[in-house]
Amino acid sequence: MNHAAIQPRTYLVVYIVLLVLLVFTIAGAYIPIHVLATVVAFVIATIKAILIVLYFMHVKESSTLVRVFGGAGLLWLGILIAGTLHDYLARGWPPPP
Amino acid sequence: MPDEDTILTREGILAEQFDDLAQQTEAGTLGMWIFLATELLLFGGLFTGYISYRLAYFQGFHEASGHLYFTLGSINTAVLLTSSYFVALAVHAARQGRSRAVSGWLLGAAGLGAVFLAIKATEYYLEYREHLVPWMDFQFEGAYPAHAQLFFIFYFLMTGLHAVHMLVGMALLLIMALLARLGRFSAEYHNPVELTGLYWHFVDIVWVFLYPAFYLLNPHS
Repeated sequence: MNHAAIQPRTYLVVYIVLLVLLVFTIAGAYIPIHVLATVVAFVIATIKAILIVLYFMHVKESSTLVRVFGGAGLLWLGILIAGTLHDYLARGWPPPP
Repeated sequence: MPDEDTILTREGILAEQFDDLAQQTEAGTLGMWIFLATELLLFGGLFTGYISYRLAYFQGFHEASGHLYFTLGSINTAVLLTSSYFVALAVHAARQGRSRAVSGWLLGAAGLGAVFLAIKATEYYLEYREHLVPWMDFQFEGAYPAHAQLFFIFYFLMTGLHAVHMLVGMALLLIMALLARLGRFSAEYHNPVELTGLYWHFVDIVWVFLYPAFYLLNPHS
């Protein structure tokens, strides 16, 4: 285990970037095109999550096995969402009233 | 204190099924990630349902979201991000064996968790007074009251489940702060602090996605 690879200065930088991204999210919510605003909000949320996982959760310095298991969770989440939407949208969604 | 199944080594407590602390630490970390993967799918199922109905009832969800407290939700996001930063510093201190700093940062993070829950409870109360809680005299002025009600069902269920995770996380933070203060951790043995940190960061990430899903659909109504 390669401990102490990430230093407090890095944590501080990541924290500041996370707060700046939050400000971007709040500003982005005022984009008049709603679909675009939602897409921007979720792209920023994904960037935040990646930063937290890599630095705060130390995946950047974790073993390959831990990365594979974390990645597997993400893969199954992708199958869950993509499979469900693929099926629903192909059948005509929303259901007729 | 060690029972029959554990050996108190100079570095810390090593369970007998492990060869050494490095193996025990790796096994514990992997176990936590497996647990977090199941948690991801628990919340993922709810998010999948949310996304499906967001696409189906676009306008109703848009109207309903305008009734949430955008400012309070944004403040809570900053509060949780700050608590995650504190936990990252606690883990860093644990790796250096600085136990007083560990308990200090963990107590700070738990305190921010309490601030988060206090703000969340205030929101719930305001929403209750505005008749936005499904099945509790729900009233909604708008073109799609049924769709708005579904939005609030998702909102209370998902933020409520998240709040339960916050309570569990805060209990873990307080226990780890106490154990650190009692001198149970060292630079060599502190994996419980690391694993508690992983759990707390995961709960933070869930909120990072709950925030745009509910608060940001219609913030300036």
